Amino acid sequence: MIKSIIYLFLAISITFNLLGSFSLHRFPDVYTRLHGATKCTTFGTIFAVLAVIVHAIWQIKETGDPKYLQMALHSLVALIALMLTNPTGAHAIAKAAHLSGYKPAKAVIDAYERKLRGEEA
Amino acid sequence: MIFAEFFYGVMAIALGAFITLIRIMFGPSVPDRVVGVDTLNTLVVAGMILLGVAYDRVIYIDIAIVYALLSYIGTLVIAKYLQGGLE
Repeated sequence: MIKSIIYLFLAISITFNLLGSFSLHRFPDVYTRLHGATKCTTFGTIFAVLAVIVHAIWQIKETGDPKYLQMALHSLVALIALMLTNPTGAHAIAKAAHLSGYKPAKAVIDAYERKLRGEEA
Repeated sequence: MIFAEFFYGVMAIALGAFITLIRIMFGPSVPDRVVGVDTLNTLVVAGMILLGVAYDRVIYIDIAIVYALLSYIGTLVIAKYLQGGLE
């Protein structure tokens, strides 16, 4: 029962991480690649840490070792650090790419460039 | 004691990291390569957490925390350099 929950969470995690790395090859420009890769890998890592927490709770019930409580708490801290820093880094990359002159492919309206020129967006 | 299911998860995530590495090698522009490196950092953190559970060592997960924070600083420095200094 608990094994099947762990297998399900690991399968979701691996599926979304692989989709995130395939999306780097299926999108036309920097901004859409950033969109696909950042969202998919963050969601996949959330489910990897959920699998670790379920495994740690099961091991605490089986063996009663306090090492597994430490394992669950530390992986939760790593998840919180990743969830805070990943969207911030993606925003910084997108802004830097636009300011250094890479335009979105096939885009008709570029509202950020209008705002930079001082017009109404 | 090795937990095999987490080790297979690490192997699948390493496959995703190799697919990302192709984009880093053949990326046509510099921001493409930066996006690839950012994705690779997230995959390495996830793989390191799963590897710590597979080998039953908590110290690998602590290294994953430090790697997440340091890779964030590296991404911010590269983005600041790309957009042309501290203006």
